[in-house]
Amino acid sequence: MTSRWRDLGLAGLGLVLLLLVPVFGAPPAIRDFIMFGMAYGLLAMSLNLLIGYTGLVSFGHAMFFAAGAYAFGLAMQSGKFSIPAAFVLAIGFTALMALIVGAICVRLNEIYFAFLTLAFQMLFYNIILGWVSFTGGDQGLMGGIPRPKFLGIDLADRTQLYVFCSVAFVVCIAILRQVVTSPFGYTLRMIRDNQERAAFLGINVTMVKLACFVISACIAGVGGILLTLFVSGAYPNFGFWTTSGEAIFMILLGGSNVFLGPLAGTVILRLLNDITVSYTSHTELVLGIVILVLVLGLRKGPLDLLAERWENRRQAAAQAIRDAADKDAAKGGS
Amino acid sequence: MLKLEHLKKSFGGVAATRDVTLDFADGSLSAIIGPNGAGKTTLFNLITGRFPPDTGRILLAGEDIAGLSQRRIVRLGIGRAFQVASLFPTLTVSEALAAAAQAHQHRETVLRSPFPLATTLKHGDEIMELLGLTRVAGILSRNLSHGDQKLLDIGLALALEPRVLLLDEPTAGMGPEERWRMIETVQRLWRARGMTLIFIEHDMDIVFKVAQTVRVLSYGSVLAEGTPDEVRTNPKVIEAYLGKSAHGTSGQGAAA
Repeated sequence: MTSRWRDLGLAGLGLVLLLLVPVFGAPPAIRDFIMFGMAYGLLAMSLNLLIGYTGLVSFGHAMFFAAGAYAFGLAMQSGKFSIPAAFVLAIGFTALMALIVGAICVRLNEIYFAFLTLAFQMLFYNIILGWVSFTGGDQGLMGGIPRPKFLGIDLADRTQLYVFCSVAFVVCIAILRQVVTSPFGYTLRMIRDNQERAAFLGINVTMVKLACFVISACIAGVGGILLTLFVSGAYPNFGFWTTSGEAIFMILLGGSNVFLGPLAGTVILRLLNDITVSYTSHTELVLGIVILVLVLGLRKGPLDLLAERWENRRQAAAQAIRDAADKDAAKGGS
Repeated sequence: MLKLEHLKKSFGGVAATRDVTLDFADGSLSAIIGPNGAGKTTLFNLITGRFPPDTGRILLAGEDIAGLSQRRIVRLGIGRAFQVASLFPTLTVSEALAAAAQAHQHRETVLRSPFPLATTLKHGDEIMELLGLTRVAGILSRNLSHGDQKLLDIGLALALEPRVLLLDEPTAGMGPEERWRMIETVQRLWRARGMTLIFIEHDMDIVFKVAQTVRVLSYGSVLAEGTPDEVRTNPKVIEAYLGKSAHGTSGQGAAA
Protein backbone atom coordinates (compact mmCIF):
# COMPACT_ATOMS: atom_id res chain seq x y z
CA MET A 1 0.00 0.00 0.00
CA THR A 2 2.82 2.36 0.81
CA SER A 3 4.80 0.70 -1.94
CA ARG A 4 2.40 2.35 -4.36
CA TRP A 5 3.70 5.77 -3.31
CA ARG A 6 7.25 4.53 -3.35
CA ASP A 7 6.81 3.30 -6.93
CA LEU A 8 5.27 6.58 -8.03
CA GLY A 9 8.11 8.44 -6.33
CA LEU A 10 10.67 6.31 -8.13
CA ALA A 11 8.89 6.86 -11.45
CA GLY A 12 8.98 10.62 -10.83
CA LEU A 13 12.63 10.44 -9.91
CA GLY A 14 13.40 8.47 -13.05
CA LEU A 15 11.61 11.04 -15.16
CA VAL A 16 13.50 13.90 -13.51
CA LEU A 17 16.81 12.13 -14.12
CA LEU A 18 15.92 11.58 -17.77
CA LEU A 19 14.92 15.23 -18.16
CA LEU A 20 18.12 16.43 -16.53
CA VAL A 21 20.17 14.90 -19.36
CA PRO A 22 19.43 17.67 -21.92
CA VAL A 23 19.60 20.34 -19.21
CA PHE A 24 23.21 19.48 -18.60
CA GLY A 25 23.88 19.62 -22.29
CA ALA A 26 24.81 15.98 -22.74
CA PRO A 27 26.34 15.25 -26.13
CA PRO A 28 23.85 14.16 -28.82
CA ALA A 29 25.34 10.67 -28.82
CA ILE A 30 24.19 10.13 -25.24
CA ARG A 31 20.77 11.51 -25.93
CA ASP A 32 20.44 9.27 -28.96
CA PHE A 33 21.54 6.33 -26.87
CA ILE A 34 18.82 7.06 -24.33
CA MET A 35 16.14 7.50 -26.99
CA PHE A 36 16.98 4.16 -28.60
CA GLY A 37 17.15 2.66 -25.15
CA MET A 38 13.66 3.89 -24.29
CA ALA A 39 12.09 2.52 -27.48
CA TYR A 40 13.77 -0.90 -27.22
CA GLY A 41 13.39 -0.84 -23.45
CA LEU A 42 9.62 -0.72 -23.84
CA LEU A 43 9.83 -3.63 -26.29
CA ALA A 44 11.81 -5.74 -23.81
CA MET A 45 9.85 -4.67 -20.74
CA SER A 46 6.51 -5.42 -22.39
CA LEU A 47 7.78 -8.79 -23.66
CA ASN A 48 8.79 -9.69 -20.12
CA LEU A 49 5.19 -9.23 -19.00
CA LEU A 50 4.55 -12.28 -21.20
CA ILE A 51 7.76 -14.23 -20.62
CA GLY A 52 8.67 -13.43 -17.03
CA TYR A 53 5.29 -12.88 -15.43
CA THR A 54 2.94 -15.11 -17.40
CA GLY A 55 5.28 -17.77 -18.73
CA LEU A 56 4.27 -17.12 -22.34
CA VAL A 57 7.45 -17.18 -24.42
CA SER A 58 6.57 -15.20 -27.51
CA PHE A 59 8.98 -15.19 -30.46
CA GLY A 60 6.90 -12.69 -32.36
CA HIS A 61 6.69 -9.69 -30.11
CA ALA A 62 8.45 -7.36 -32.56
CA MET A 63 5.42 -7.52 -34.86
CA PHE A 64 3.59 -5.24 -32.43
CA PHE A 65 6.62 -2.97 -32.22
CA ALA A 66 6.44 -2.69 -36.02
CA ALA A 67 2.64 -2.40 -36.00
CA GLY A 68 2.81 0.65 -33.74
CA ALA A 69 5.61 2.14 -35.82
CA TYR A 70 3.93 1.63 -39.20
CA ALA A 71 0.43 2.57 -38.09
CA PHE A 72 1.74 5.77 -36.55
CA GLY A 73 4.02 6.58 -39.48
CA LEU A 74 1.32 5.94 -42.08
CA ALA A 75 -1.24 7.96 -40.14
CA MET A 76 1.13 10.90 -39.93
CA GLN A 77 2.12 10.65 -43.59
CA SER A 78 -1.54 10.72 -44.60
CA GLY A 79 -1.62 14.23 -43.20
CA LYS A 80 -5.09 13.72 -41.73
CA PHE A 81 -4.12 13.26 -38.12
CA SER A 82 -2.50 15.21 -35.35
CA ILE A 83 0.25 13.46 -33.39
CA PRO A 84 -1.96 12.58 -30.40
CA ALA A 85 -4.68 11.24 -32.71
CA ALA A 86 -2.18 9.17 -34.66
CA PHE A 87 -0.71 7.94 -31.37
CA VAL A 88 -4.10 6.69 -30.19
CA LEU A 89 -4.90 5.27 -33.60
CA ALA A 90 -1.62 3.35 -33.72
CA ILE A 91 -2.15 1.87 -30.28
CA GLY A 92 -5.71 0.98 -31.22
CA PHE A 93 -4.47 -0.78 -34.35
CA THR A 94 -1.82 -2.64 -32.36
CA ALA A 95 -4.41 -3.68 -29.77
CA LEU A 96 -6.76 -4.97 -32.46
CA MET A 97 -3.99 -6.93 -34.10
CA ALA A 98 -2.92 -8.37 -30.74
CA LEU A 99 -6.50 -9.32 -30.02
CA ILE A 100 -6.77 -11.31 -33.23
CA VAL A 101 -3.31 -12.90 -33.08
CA GLY A 102 -3.63 -13.49 -29.35
CA ALA A 103 -7.06 -15.10 -29.59
CA ILE A 104 -5.52 -17.75 -31.83
CA CYS A 105 -2.16 -18.13 -30.03
CA VAL A 106 -2.89 -18.05 -26.29
CA ARG A 107 -4.87 -21.27 -26.43
CA LEU A 108 -1.62 -23.07 -27.18
CA ASN A 109 1.14 -23.81 -24.72
CA GLU A 110 4.88 -23.54 -24.68
CA ILE A 111 6.61 -24.38 -27.94
CA TYR A 112 3.37 -24.26 -29.96
CA PHE A 113 2.60 -20.80 -28.68
CA ALA A 114 6.16 -19.68 -29.43
CA PHE A 115 6.11 -20.96 -32.98
CA LEU A 116 2.67 -19.66 -33.80
CA THR A 117 3.66 -16.15 -32.68
CA LEU A 118 6.78 -16.51 -34.81
CA ALA A 119 4.64 -17.54 -37.78
CA PHE A 120 2.32 -14.53 -37.39
CA GLN A 121 5.33 -12.28 -37.19
CA MET A 122 6.74 -13.64 -40.44
CA LEU A 123 3.33 -13.17 -42.04
CA PHE A 124 3.21 -9.57 -40.89
CA TYR A 125 6.79 -8.98 -41.97
CA ASN A 126 6.06 -10.33 -45.42
CA ILE A 127 2.97 -8.15 -45.74
CA ILE A 128 5.15 -5.12 -45.01
CA LEU A 129 7.71 -6.27 -47.57
CA GLY A 130 5.19 -7.21 -50.19
CA TRP A 131 2.75 -4.31 -50.03
CA VAL A 132 5.22 -1.88 -51.59
CA SER A 133 2.69 0.77 -52.65
CA PHE A 134 1.45 1.15 -49.07
CA THR A 135 4.44 0.41 -46.83
CA GLY A 136 7.36 1.14 -49.15
CA GLY A 137 8.43 -2.50 -49.02
CA ASP A 138 12.03 -3.11 -48.02
CA GLN A 139 12.80 0.61 -48.28
CA GLY A 140 10.50 1.34 -45.34
CA LEU A 141 8.38 4.45 -44.90
CA MET A 142 10.37 6.96 -46.92
CA GLY A 143 10.29 10.74 -46.97
CA GLY A 144 10.25 11.31 -43.25
CA ILE A 145 7.42 11.43 -40.77
CA PRO A 146 5.80 14.87 -40.56
CA ARG A 147 5.65 16.19 -37.01
CA PRO A 148 3.13 19.04 -36.89
CA LYS A 149 2.85 21.04 -33.69
CA PHE A 150 0.14 20.17 -31.22
CA LEU A 151 -0.77 21.93 -27.96
CA GLY A 152 2.29 24.12 -28.42
CA ILE A 153 4.59 21.11 -28.54
CA ASP A 154 6.95 20.85 -31.48
CA LEU A 155 8.38 17.37 -31.87
CA ALA A 156 10.57 18.51 -34.74
CA ASP A 157 12.67 20.09 -32.01
CA ARG A 158 15.14 17.53 -30.64
CA THR A 159 14.79 18.59 -27.02
CA GLN A 160 10.99 18.62 -27.06
CA LEU A 161 10.98 15.25 -28.77
CA TYR A 162 13.26 13.96 -26.05
CA VAL A 163 10.98 15.26 -23.32
CA PHE A 164 7.90 13.83 -25.04
CA CYS A 165 9.51 10.40 -25.39
CA SER A 166 10.75 10.43 -21.79
CA VAL A 167 7.27 11.16 -20.47
CA ALA A 168 5.67 8.49 -22.67
CA PHE A 169 8.35 6.02 -21.63
CA VAL A 170 7.96 6.63 -17.89
CA VAL A 171 4.16 6.47 -18.14
CA CYS A 172 4.41 3.09 -19.90
CA ILE A 173 6.81 1.74 -17.28
CA ALA A 174 4.44 2.97 -14.56
CA ILE A 175 1.54 1.21 -16.29
CA LEU A 176 3.54 -2.04 -16.46
CA ARG A 177 4.43 -1.66 -12.79
CA GLN A 178 0.77 -1.15 -11.97
CA VAL A 179 -0.14 -4.29 -13.92
CA VAL A 180 2.39 -6.54 -12.20
CA THR A 181 1.61 -5.32 -8.68
CA SER A 182 -2.18 -5.52 -9.10
CA PRO A 183 -4.40 -8.52 -8.39
CA PHE A 184 -4.28 -9.12 -12.16
CA GLY A 185 -0.48 -9.33 -11.96
CA TYR A 186 -0.75 -12.05 -9.33
CA THR A 187 -3.23 -13.92 -11.49
CA LEU A 188 -0.55 -13.86 -14.20
CA ARG A 189 1.96 -15.37 -11.76
CA MET A 190 -0.54 -18.09 -10.84
CA ILE A 191 -0.95 -18.95 -14.50
CA ARG A 192 2.82 -19.01 -14.98
CA ASP A 193 3.33 -21.24 -11.94
CA ASN A 194 0.46 -23.66 -12.39
CA GLN A 195 -2.05 -23.07 -15.11
CA GLU A 196 -4.25 -26.03 -14.25
CA ARG A 197 -4.58 -25.08 -10.63
CA ALA A 198 -5.35 -21.49 -11.63
CA ALA A 199 -8.17 -22.77 -13.82
CA PHE A 200 -9.31 -24.85 -10.89
CA LEU A 201 -9.67 -21.73 -8.78
CA GLY A 202 -12.20 -20.47 -11.31
CA ILE A 203 -9.83 -18.26 -13.30
CA ASN A 204 -10.53 -17.93 -16.99
CA VAL A 205 -6.97 -18.65 -18.03
CA THR A 206 -7.47 -18.00 -21.74
CA MET A 207 -9.09 -14.60 -21.22
CA VAL A 208 -6.47 -13.48 -18.70
CA LYS A 209 -3.67 -14.53 -21.06
CA LEU A 210 -5.35 -12.70 -23.91
CA ALA A 211 -5.71 -9.52 -21.86
CA CYS A 212 -2.06 -9.75 -20.88
CA PHE A 213 -1.08 -10.32 -24.51
CA VAL A 214 -2.97 -7.21 -25.64
CA ILE A 215 -1.61 -4.97 -22.86
CA SER A 216 1.91 -6.14 -23.60
CA ALA A 217 1.46 -5.58 -27.35
CA CYS A 218 0.18 -2.03 -26.77
CA ILE A 219 3.26 -1.12 -24.74
CA ALA A 220 5.48 -2.60 -27.46
CA GLY A 221 3.47 -0.50 -29.93
CA VAL A 222 4.33 2.65 -27.97
CA GLY A 223 7.98 1.63 -28.21
CA GLY A 224 7.57 1.41 -31.97
CA ILE A 225 5.93 4.85 -32.10
CA LEU A 226 8.80 6.39 -30.13
CA LEU A 227 11.33 4.80 -32.47
CA THR A 228 9.42 6.08 -35.52
CA LEU A 229 9.35 9.60 -34.11
CA PHE A 230 13.04 9.35 -33.36
CA VAL A 231 14.34 7.99 -36.67
CA SER A 232 11.60 9.69 -38.67
CA GLY A 233 10.77 6.53 -40.52
CA ALA A 234 9.68 2.93 -40.13
CA TYR A 235 11.57 -0.05 -41.50
CA PRO A 236 10.63 -3.68 -42.02
CA ASN A 237 13.38 -4.88 -39.71
CA PHE A 238 11.41 -3.39 -36.78
CA GLY A 239 9.17 -6.41 -37.24
CA PHE A 240 11.74 -9.00 -38.28
CA TRP A 241 12.30 -12.02 -36.07
CA THR A 242 15.79 -10.83 -35.15
CA THR A 243 14.23 -7.85 -33.39
CA SER A 244 12.12 -10.24 -31.31
CA GLY A 245 15.25 -12.23 -30.65
CA GLU A 246 17.07 -9.10 -29.53
CA ALA A 247 14.26 -8.38 -27.05
CA ILE A 248 14.62 -11.89 -25.64
CA PHE A 249 18.40 -11.29 -25.40
CA MET A 250 17.73 -8.13 -23.44
CA ILE A 251 15.57 -10.04 -20.98
CA LEU A 252 18.24 -12.73 -20.62
CA LEU A 253 20.99 -10.15 -20.16
CA GLY A 254 19.15 -8.26 -17.45
CA GLY A 255 16.94 -10.78 -15.72
CA SER A 256 13.34 -11.83 -16.06
CA ASN A 257 12.49 -12.04 -12.37
CA VAL A 258 13.19 -8.42 -11.57
CA PHE A 259 10.78 -5.76 -12.76
CA LEU A 260 13.41 -3.50 -14.33
CA GLY A 261 15.64 -6.41 -15.40
CA PRO A 262 14.79 -6.17 -19.12
CA LEU A 263 15.54 -2.46 -19.05
CA ALA A 264 18.96 -3.14 -17.58
CA GLY A 265 19.38 -5.76 -20.29
CA THR A 266 18.50 -3.19 -22.93
CA VAL A 267 21.20 -0.87 -21.65
CA ILE A 268 23.75 -3.70 -21.44
CA LEU A 269 22.96 -4.95 -24.94
CA ARG A 270 23.14 -1.50 -26.53
CA LEU A 271 26.34 -0.66 -24.66
CA LEU A 272 27.93 -3.93 -25.72
CA ASN A 273 26.82 -3.25 -29.23
CA ASP A 274 28.08 0.34 -29.33
CA ILE A 275 31.39 -0.45 -27.68
CA THR A 276 32.26 -3.55 -29.68
CA VAL A 277 31.22 -1.97 -32.96
CA SER A 278 34.01 0.58 -32.66
CA TYR A 279 36.62 -2.16 -32.34
CA THR A 280 35.36 -4.96 -34.52
CA SER A 281 32.73 -5.76 -37.08
CA HIS A 282 32.04 -9.07 -35.32
CA THR A 283 29.65 -7.65 -32.71
CA GLU A 284 27.43 -10.73 -32.89
CA LEU A 285 30.37 -12.88 -31.87
CA VAL A 286 30.90 -10.81 -28.73
CA LEU A 287 27.19 -10.84 -27.92
CA GLY A 288 27.07 -14.57 -28.47
CA ILE A 289 29.93 -15.16 -26.05
CA VAL A 290 28.32 -12.96 -23.39
CA ILE A 291 25.02 -14.81 -23.73
CA LEU A 292 26.82 -18.15 -23.53
CA VAL A 293 28.57 -17.11 -20.34
CA LEU A 294 25.27 -15.94 -18.83
CA VAL A 295 23.28 -18.99 -19.85
CA LEU A 296 25.94 -21.62 -19.05
CA GLY A 297 27.60 -19.82 -16.15
CA LEU A 298 25.01 -17.87 -14.23
CA ARG A 299 21.93 -19.61 -15.68
CA LYS A 300 20.08 -16.33 -15.08
CA GLY A 301 20.38 -12.61 -15.57
CA PRO A 302 22.70 -10.62 -13.28
CA LEU A 303 19.76 -8.82 -11.68
CA ASP A 304 18.06 -12.18 -11.09
CA LEU A 305 21.11 -13.18 -9.11
CA LEU A 306 20.78 -10.16 -6.84
CA ALA A 307 17.05 -10.71 -6.46
CA GLU A 308 17.66 -14.33 -5.54
CA ARG A 309 20.07 -13.34 -2.78
CA TRP A 310 17.48 -10.94 -1.44
CA GLU A 311 14.73 -13.57 -1.65
CA ASN A 312 16.91 -16.16 0.08
CA ARG A 313 17.45 -13.84 3.00
CA ARG A 314 13.75 -13.17 3.32
CA GLN A 315 13.04 -16.90 3.12
CA ALA A 316 15.57 -17.59 5.85
CA ALA A 317 13.81 -15.03 8.03
CA ALA A 318 10.40 -16.58 7.30
CA GLN A 319 11.73 -20.05 8.07
CA ALA A 320 13.17 -18.81 11.36
CA ILE A 321 9.68 -17.65 12.32
CA ARG A 322 8.31 -21.10 11.50
CA ASP A 323 11.01 -22.94 13.42
CA ALA A 324 10.43 -20.76 16.48
CA ALA A 325 6.67 -21.40 16.28
CA ASP A 326 7.20 -25.15 15.90
CA LYS A 327 9.55 -25.19 18.88
CA ASP A 328 6.96 -23.39 20.98
CA ALA A 329 4.29 -25.84 19.90
CA ALA A 330 6.50 -28.81 20.76
CA LYS A 331 7.21 -27.38 24.19
CA GLY A 332 3.54 -26.67 24.84
CA GLY A 333 2.61 -30.17 23.68
CA SER A 334 5.02 -32.11 25.90
CA MET B 1 -26.04 -32.07 -1.27
CA LEU B 2 -24.17 -34.12 -3.83
CA LYS B 3 -25.84 -36.96 -5.67
CA LEU B 4 -24.34 -39.18 -8.35
CA GLU B 5 -26.76 -41.13 -10.51
CA HIS B 6 -25.68 -43.97 -12.77
CA LEU B 7 -22.33 -42.41 -13.65
CA LYS B 8 -20.37 -44.17 -16.35
CA LYS B 9 -17.01 -43.35 -17.85
CA SER B 10 -14.74 -45.36 -20.12
CA PHE B 11 -11.32 -44.56 -21.50
CA GLY B 12 -10.77 -46.26 -24.83
CA GLY B 13 -12.88 -49.28 -23.95
CA VAL B 14 -11.62 -49.57 -20.37
CA ALA B 15 -14.45 -48.82 -18.00
CA ALA B 16 -13.11 -46.67 -15.15
CA THR B 17 -16.48 -45.91 -13.65
CA ARG B 18 -19.37 -48.32 -14.12
CA ASP B 19 -22.78 -47.27 -13.01
CA VAL B 20 -21.93 -45.43 -9.81
CA THR B 21 -24.85 -44.11 -7.77
CA LEU B 22 -23.99 -42.36 -4.51
CA ASP B 23 -25.61 -39.79 -2.25
CA PHE B 24 -23.65 -37.48 0.03
CA ALA B 25 -25.83 -35.75 2.63
CA ASP B 26 -25.47 -32.04 3.33
CA GLY B 27 -22.75 -31.47 5.91
CA SER B 28 -21.58 -35.07 6.00
CA LEU B 29 -18.05 -36.35 6.31
CA SER B 30 -17.52 -39.37 4.09
CA ALA B 31 -14.60 -41.47 3.05
CA ILE B 32 -14.08 -43.25 -0.23
CA ILE B 33 -11.85 -46.29 -0.11
CA GLY B 34 -10.88 -48.93 -2.60
CA PRO B 35 -7.84 -50.66 -4.02
CA ASN B 36 -5.58 -48.93 -6.53
CA GLY B 37 -7.34 -48.56 -9.85
CA ALA B 38 -10.79 -48.74 -8.28
CA GLY B 39 -11.71 -45.43 -9.89
CA LYS B 40 -11.62 -43.18 -6.84
CA THR B 41 -9.66 -40.34 -8.41
CA THR B 42 -11.61 -40.78 -11.65
CA LEU B 43 -14.77 -40.22 -9.64
CA PHE B 44 -13.35 -36.94 -8.32
CA ASN B 45 -12.34 -35.97 -11.84
CA LEU B 46 -15.89 -36.59 -13.04
CA ILE B 47 -17.45 -34.60 -10.19
CA THR B 48 -15.11 -31.64 -10.75
CA GLY B 49 -15.54 -31.63 -14.52
CA ARG B 50 -12.00 -32.60 -15.43
CA PHE B 51 -13.77 -34.75 -17.96
CA PRO B 52 -17.48 -35.29 -18.53
CA PRO B 53 -19.17 -38.61 -17.70
CA ASP B 54 -20.30 -40.74 -20.64
CA THR B 55 -23.75 -41.08 -19.11
CA GLY B 56 -25.39 -40.32 -15.80
CA ARG B 57 -26.16 -37.29 -13.72
CA ILE B 58 -24.23 -35.32 -11.09
CA LEU B 59 -26.60 -33.32 -8.92
CA LEU B 60 -25.28 -30.51 -6.75
CA ALA B 61 -28.11 -29.36 -4.49
CA GLY B 62 -30.53 -30.70 -7.09
CA GLU B 63 -28.89 -29.05 -10.09
CA ASP B 64 -27.32 -31.25 -12.76
CA ILE B 65 -23.70 -30.20 -13.27
CA ALA B 66 -22.55 -33.12 -15.45
CA GLY B 67 -20.78 -31.84 -18.55
CA LEU B 68 -20.21 -28.31 -17.27
CA SER B 69 -16.72 -26.89 -17.50
CA GLN B 70 -14.31 -27.30 -14.62
CA ARG B 71 -14.40 -23.56 -14.05
CA ARG B 72 -18.18 -23.39 -13.85
CA ILE B 73 -18.29 -26.28 -11.40
CA VAL B 74 -15.71 -24.60 -9.19
CA ARG B 75 -17.79 -21.44 -9.21
CA LEU B 76 -20.85 -23.47 -8.22
CA GLY B 77 -19.08 -24.54 -5.05
CA ILE B 78 -17.09 -27.74 -5.45
CA GLY B 79 -13.51 -27.40 -4.25
CA ARG B 80 -10.78 -29.94 -4.53
CA ALA B 81 -7.33 -30.68 -3.16
CA PHE B 82 -5.03 -32.99 -5.05
CA GLN B 83 -3.21 -36.21 -4.26
CA VAL B 84 0.04 -34.50 -5.20
CA ALA B 85 -0.23 -30.95 -3.85
CA SER B 86 -0.89 -28.60 -6.76
CA LEU B 87 0.56 -25.23 -5.76
CA PHE B 88 2.04 -21.99 -7.07
CA PRO B 89 5.75 -22.51 -6.30
CA THR B 90 6.88 -18.88 -6.48
CA LEU B 91 4.09 -17.42 -4.34
CA THR B 92 4.35 -17.29 -0.57
CA VAL B 93 1.63 -18.98 1.48
CA SER B 94 -0.14 -15.71 2.25
CA GLU B 95 0.14 -14.53 -1.36
CA ALA B 96 -1.22 -17.80 -2.72
CA LEU B 97 -4.22 -17.76 -0.38
CA ALA B 98 -4.98 -14.09 -1.06
CA ALA B 99 -4.71 -14.77 -4.80
CA ALA B 100 -7.06 -17.75 -4.51
CA ALA B 101 -9.51 -15.66 -2.48
CA GLN B 102 -9.49 -12.89 -5.04
CA ALA B 103 -10.29 -15.42 -7.77
CA HIS B 104 -13.22 -16.59 -5.67
CA GLN B 105 -14.43 -13.01 -5.28
CA HIS B 106 -14.21 -12.48 -9.06
CA ARG B 107 -11.50 -9.91 -8.55
CA GLU B 108 -8.70 -11.72 -10.33
CA THR B 109 -8.58 -9.14 -13.12
CA VAL B 110 -8.59 -6.01 -10.95
CA LEU B 111 -5.94 -3.62 -12.27
CA ARG B 112 -6.55 -0.47 -10.29
CA SER B 113 -5.66 -1.41 -6.73
CA PRO B 114 -2.46 -3.02 -5.51
CA PHE B 115 -2.33 -6.68 -4.51
CA PRO B 116 -3.46 -7.92 -2.04
CA LEU B 117 -6.91 -6.38 -1.65
CA ALA B 118 -7.89 -5.91 1.99
CA THR B 119 -10.87 -8.27 1.80
CA THR B 120 -8.95 -11.07 0.13
CA LEU B 121 -6.08 -10.72 2.57
CA LYS B 122 -8.46 -11.10 5.51
CA HIS B 123 -10.06 -14.11 3.89
CA GLY B 124 -6.64 -15.67 3.36
CA ASP B 125 -5.56 -14.95 6.92
CA GLU B 126 -8.63 -16.77 8.27
CA ILE B 127 -7.72 -19.86 6.28
CA MET B 128 -4.11 -19.72 7.47
CA GLU B 129 -5.40 -19.52 11.03
CA LEU B 130 -7.78 -22.44 10.54
CA LEU B 131 -5.11 -24.68 9.03
CA GLY B 132 -2.25 -23.56 11.28
CA LEU B 133 -0.32 -22.06 8.38
CA THR B 134 0.17 -18.60 9.89
CA ARG B 135 3.64 -19.62 11.07
CA VAL B 136 4.72 -20.18 7.45
CA ALA B 137 2.90 -17.18 5.94
CA GLY B 138 6.04 -15.71 4.36
CA ILE B 139 7.52 -18.91 3.00
CA LEU B 140 7.42 -19.62 -0.74
CA SER B 141 5.17 -22.55 -1.57
CA ARG B 142 8.10 -24.46 -3.09
CA ASN B 143 10.08 -24.19 0.17
CA LEU B 144 7.34 -25.66 2.38
CA SER B 145 7.58 -29.05 4.03
CA HIS B 146 5.50 -31.83 2.49
CA GLY B 147 2.83 -31.61 5.19
CA ASP B 148 2.51 -27.85 4.89
CA GLN B 149 2.24 -28.19 1.12
CA LYS B 150 -0.70 -30.56 1.52
CA LEU B 151 -2.31 -28.14 3.96
CA LEU B 152 -1.82 -25.22 1.58
CA ASP B 153 -3.38 -27.27 -1.21
CA ILE B 154 -6.46 -27.74 0.97
CA GLY B 155 -6.29 -24.05 1.88
CA LEU B 156 -6.46 -23.06 -1.79
CA ALA B 157 -9.62 -25.12 -2.15
CA LEU B 158 -11.05 -23.60 1.04
CA ALA B 159 -10.50 -20.10 -0.33
CA LEU B 160 -13.34 -20.89 -2.73
CA GLU B 161 -15.70 -21.35 0.24
CA PRO B 162 -16.90 -24.61 -1.28
CA ARG B 163 -20.16 -26.27 -0.36
CA VAL B 164 -18.55 -29.59 -1.19
CA LEU B 165 -14.86 -30.22 -0.57
CA LEU B 166 -13.10 -33.18 -2.16
CA LEU B 167 -9.78 -34.25 -0.68
CA ASP B 168 -7.76 -36.75 -2.68
CA GLU B 169 -5.64 -38.59 -0.13
CA PRO B 170 -4.90 -35.76 2.26
CA THR B 171 -2.42 -37.92 4.18
CA ALA B 172 -0.54 -39.35 1.20
CA GLY B 173 3.19 -39.58 1.76
CA MET B 174 3.03 -38.76 5.48
CA GLY B 175 4.40 -40.52 8.49
CA PRO B 176 1.94 -42.01 11.02
CA GLU B 177 2.09 -39.11 13.45
CA GLU B 178 1.78 -36.50 10.76
CA ARG B 179 -1.22 -38.37 9.33
CA TRP B 180 -3.18 -38.04 12.51
CA ARG B 181 -2.36 -34.37 12.84
CA MET B 182 -3.53 -33.84 9.27
CA ILE B 183 -6.76 -35.72 9.77
CA GLU B 184 -7.48 -33.79 12.95
CA THR B 185 -7.06 -30.60 10.97
CA VAL B 186 -9.44 -31.93 8.34
CA GLN B 187 -12.01 -32.76 11.01
CA ARG B 188 -11.58 -29.34 12.57
CA LEU B 189 -12.17 -27.46 9.35
CA TRP B 190 -15.12 -29.68 8.50
CA ARG B 191 -16.74 -28.72 11.85
CA ALA B 192 -15.76 -25.06 11.47
CA ARG B 193 -17.12 -24.70 7.96
CA GLY B 194 -20.06 -27.10 8.10
CA MET B 195 -19.52 -28.24 4.54
CA THR B 196 -19.93 -31.56 2.85
CA LEU B 197 -16.53 -33.23 2.89
CA ILE B 198 -15.49 -36.28 0.94
CA PHE B 199 -12.01 -37.74 1.20
CA ILE B 200 -10.13 -40.58 -0.36
CA GLU B 201 -7.96 -42.44 2.11
CA HIS B 202 -5.90 -45.60 2.26
CA ASP B 203 -5.26 -45.77 5.98
CA MET B 204 -8.08 -47.90 7.39
CA ASP B 205 -7.56 -46.77 10.99
CA ILE B 206 -8.18 -43.20 9.92
CA VAL B 207 -11.15 -44.04 7.75
CA PHE B 208 -12.98 -46.07 10.34
CA LYS B 209 -12.31 -43.59 13.11
CA VAL B 210 -13.12 -40.38 11.32
CA ALA B 211 -15.70 -40.92 8.60
CA GLN B 212 -19.43 -40.93 9.25
CA THR B 213 -20.03 -43.04 6.20
CA VAL B 214 -17.68 -45.08 4.03
CA ARG B 215 -18.08 -45.92 0.35
CA VAL B 216 -16.06 -48.76 -1.06
CA LEU B 217 -15.21 -48.73 -4.75
CA SER B 218 -13.87 -51.70 -6.65
CA TYR B 219 -13.29 -51.95 -10.38
CA GLY B 220 -15.25 -48.78 -10.95
CA SER B 221 -18.42 -49.80 -9.10
CA VAL B 222 -19.76 -49.32 -5.62
CA LEU B 223 -19.01 -52.46 -3.66
CA ALA B 224 -20.48 -51.37 -0.35
CA GLU B 225 -21.55 -48.34 1.61
CA GLY B 226 -22.59 -47.60 5.15
CA THR B 227 -21.23 -46.68 8.54
CA PRO B 228 -17.66 -47.72 9.34
CA ASP B 229 -18.92 -50.68 11.35
CA GLU B 230 -21.22 -51.89 8.62
CA VAL B 231 -18.48 -51.65 6.04
CA ARG B 232 -15.89 -53.30 8.24
CA THR B 233 -18.07 -56.37 8.71
CA ASN B 234 -19.36 -56.52 5.17
CA PRO B 235 -18.19 -59.91 3.77
CA LYS B 236 -17.86 -58.54 0.24
CA VAL B 237 -15.52 -55.83 1.45
CA ILE B 238 -13.49 -58.25 3.47
CA GLU B 239 -13.10 -60.51 0.50
CA ALA B 240 -12.40 -57.90 -2.14
CA TYR B 241 -10.47 -55.28 -0.35
CA LEU B 242 -9.41 -55.87 3.20
CA GLY B 243 -8.37 -59.36 2.22
CA LYS B 244 -5.61 -60.73 4.39
CA SER B 245 -5.60 -57.94 6.96
CA ALA B 246 -9.33 -58.30 7.62
CA HIS B 247 -9.20 -60.56 10.60
CA GLY B 248 -9.01 -58.26 13.56
CA THR B 249 -6.13 -56.00 12.60
CA SER B 250 -7.18 -53.32 10.18
CA GLY B 251 -4.01 -51.29 10.48
CA GLN B 252 -2.48 -52.28 7.17
CA GLY B 253 -3.53 -49.64 4.68
CA ALA B 254 -2.83 -50.48 1.07
CA ALA B 255 0.21 -48.69 -0.29
CA ALA B 256 -0.56 -45.26 -1.66
